Amino acid sequence: MKFALAGNPNSGKTTLFNALTGSTAHVGNWPGVTVDRREGVYKYADEKVSIVDLPGIYSLSPYTPEEVIARNYILGGEPDLVINIVDATNIERNLYLTTQILESDIPVVIALNMMDIVEKGGVKIDTNALSEKFGAPVVPISALRADGVKVLMETARGEAAKKRDARSPLEASPFAEEFDRLVGLFRDREIPHPVFYAVKALEGDSPDDLTDEQLSREIEEIRGSIRLEPAFEGDMEAAVADARYRYIAEQCARSMDRGANDARFSTSDKIDSVLTHKVLGLPIFFFFMFLVFHFTFAEPMMFTDLLTEDGIPSPGVMLQGWMGDATDAVSEAASAFLEARDASPWVHGLVVDGLLAGVGAVLSFLPQILMLFFFLSIMEDSGYMARAAFLMDRMLRRFGLSGKAFLPLLMGFGCSVPAMMGSRTLNDEKERRLTIMLMPFFSCGAKLPIWSMFAAAIFPNNAGTAVFAIYLIGIVTAIAAAIVLRKTILKGAASVFIMELPAYHLPRIRNLVPHLWEKLRGFVVRATTIIAGATVVIWFLSNFNFRLEMVEANSLESIVGVLGTLAVPIFRPLGFASSPDAWKAVLAIVTGLIAKEMVVSTLGVLYTPGLEGDALEDEGAASALSLALVGAFSPAAAVSFMTFNLLSVPCMAAVATANAEMRSAKWLWITIGFWLLTAWVGSFIVYHLASLFV
Amino acid sequence: MEKSLKELLPGEAGVVVRVEGDHAVRRRLFDMGITPGTEVALRKTAPLGDPLELTVRGYELSIRKDEAESVLMKINEGESL
Repeated sequence: MKFALAGNPNSGKTTLFNALTGSTAHVGNWPGVTVDRREGVYKYADEKVSIVDLPGIYSLSPYTPEEVIARNYILGGEPDLVINIVDATNIERNLYLTTQILESDIPVVIALNMMDIVEKGGVKIDTNALSEKFGAPVVPISALRADGVKVLMETARGEAAKKRDARSPLEASPFAEEFDRLVGLFRDREIPHPVFYAVKALEGDSPDDLTDEQLSREIEEIRGSIRLEPAFEGDMEAAVADARYRYIAEQCARSMDRGANDARFSTSDKIDSVLTHKVLGLPIFFFFMFLVFHFTFAEPMMFTDLLTEDGIPSPGVMLQGWMGDATDAVSEAASAFLEARDASPWVHGLVVDGLLAGVGAVLSFLPQILMLFFFLSIMEDSGYMARAAFLMDRMLRRFGLSGKAFLPLLMGFGCSVPAMMGSRTLNDEKERRLTIMLMPFFSCGAKLPIWSMFAAAIFPNNAGTAVFAIYLIGIVTAIAAAIVLRKTILKGAASVFIMELPAYHLPRIRNLVPHLWEKLRGFVVRATTIIAGATVVIWFLSNFNFRLEMVEANSLESIVGVLGTLAVPIFRPLGFASSPDAWKAVLAIVTGLIAKEMVVSTLGVLYTPGLEGDALEDEGAASALSLALVGAFSPAAAVSFMTFNLLSVPCMAAVATANAEMRSAKWLWITIGFWLLTAWVGSFIVYHLASLFV
Repeated sequence: MEKSLKELLPGEAGVVVRVEGDHAVRRRLFDMGITPGTEVALRKTAPLGDPLELTVRGYELSIRKDEAESVLMKINEGESL
């Protein structure tokens, strides 16, 4: 058996899904779109039933991919029953979807969630009366405390075996007679879900595969005969929506006893009056953002140097240290193992310097990716994410983005990977693509060592200004790119902004943990497959020559060295590739496409040969590299080199994530091409501008 | 007095008379409960002046002024939140 779980966003659907399926849940994708498909198993004493979590929706209209998915799934015949979760604290709007689901022929059970909160507020809901009116059982539950879940599932099992008669609020509407005739048309032709399709036909939303011309004609005839109230001005969709809400209001009036005012709303209102305050709202938001970055990246955290001499590093940095220790230990163990068995140098190189070093470098970000995603999830689960979009929408709209894009973009200053994953919360596909394409321009943490090194070496007197300038170049590029993309390949304005501001509540650990685990697993799987594959290829290219003989890594003889030399002319107009040593800078750029931490180490190896590994971290080595860089880069060339690193492909992990989020090979290649092109054009402009001034 | 939802002052409430504008946007507004005859109150505007925060059917909804412009309202005289 298979049950589908349907309901509004913020109705507690995810909480209920987690309570029902526990650890059995697995995540996939609905075909063709970037919408998560969660499926899990609920175990009865004697039987298992799979539960499919449909995307959170407000309606079964055909306007968003989420709604189309839910609609096709419910009507497609796969599920045996729909569990419709309804938030009792917001019952009118939640029941709107219910009335649409009930128009199908599929058995339905209504799970009335947050009944405990409603009752605390002194409101009574007569579930029997509601159940009778809607023709489907209504089971009060608390998804959060897993109350009533057993009863719900037993009711569902009983119901799935029965046939249910479709019901529609339109049966009691002023145009009930015409509606009945429409239903008759579909019923006569034995089309499944006749009531559902009759409503759609009434709204002028006929199924795509309607080839029956006679039927189309008869539908039009009936529609034409309906006389609506003047307020609707002939708008059938308005009349249908109105009939639904009217019907719901009537049923609620009969089966609800609204006692005293709901206490929860006033608490939420009080929180909201501070967090979206006209003057305080934005400063508070930026302060929260500061804390997020501080806890993820600070080393040490503010004021902790009062407690201990060196201060306490932030949780993110602390976890990153442990992760580094762990991957180093694995690397050393593998190295010792291979040496003990006299493995050939290339096997040793492939495993230790290629595979383990590459995957280790990517995994070293895992703790900070996890931290950023943790904060993102808390904001989403608590209801603050919607307020962040509310606060920032005005600022982003001029660039063709909605307020919801702000948080993912801001996260980009930390790490592009969680930032791209966070773009899932955007509901417009074009906007999601745009957000992902802009991500590299928000200088991530891994690029900072490049900025510090160049700033200290080339602009010793204005190091701070130089780094600031780089961040500014990124933001200006992002704005310009957004405007250009919105006029070309991602044509259109910012998506419509009609967003529920859900009541605030405490984030639930039970929801956070599975969510984080899901995201983490996705990243680790990518790190160990796509990224590991890519690092092996790169390792091969940088350690072998074209005769497949092993050479010094990243040397002029290696394949990468030869290709780098060939690529030099492409980079010549950018200013940093004109000296005979130009291939070194180009090679650093190329390794930077894999991971930005490799830029500094590549430069170190190439410009200060003989100094390797830990020796590079010595002050002497650093100043030797500084001297070498001063010799090799003019100030304008240095800015151009930095700009290219800033704007181009951020790293393999980001490419793999963009691939997972875009679900389109075509768009992935467009994106990669766009990054490289922007990097080239941006560096070209910056180089020539900088040449005028410095 | 009839005016658009965009012109409401914070704290003011009214009843929706009709919804104009683009088909998909109008349907979205209907789905979210903004239908003719519904009472809608403007709670506040965002710090930068846009979007708006409304109370509709007992919950909070945020829409931009662009969308609010197409919602025509009859203002409740002398009444406020």
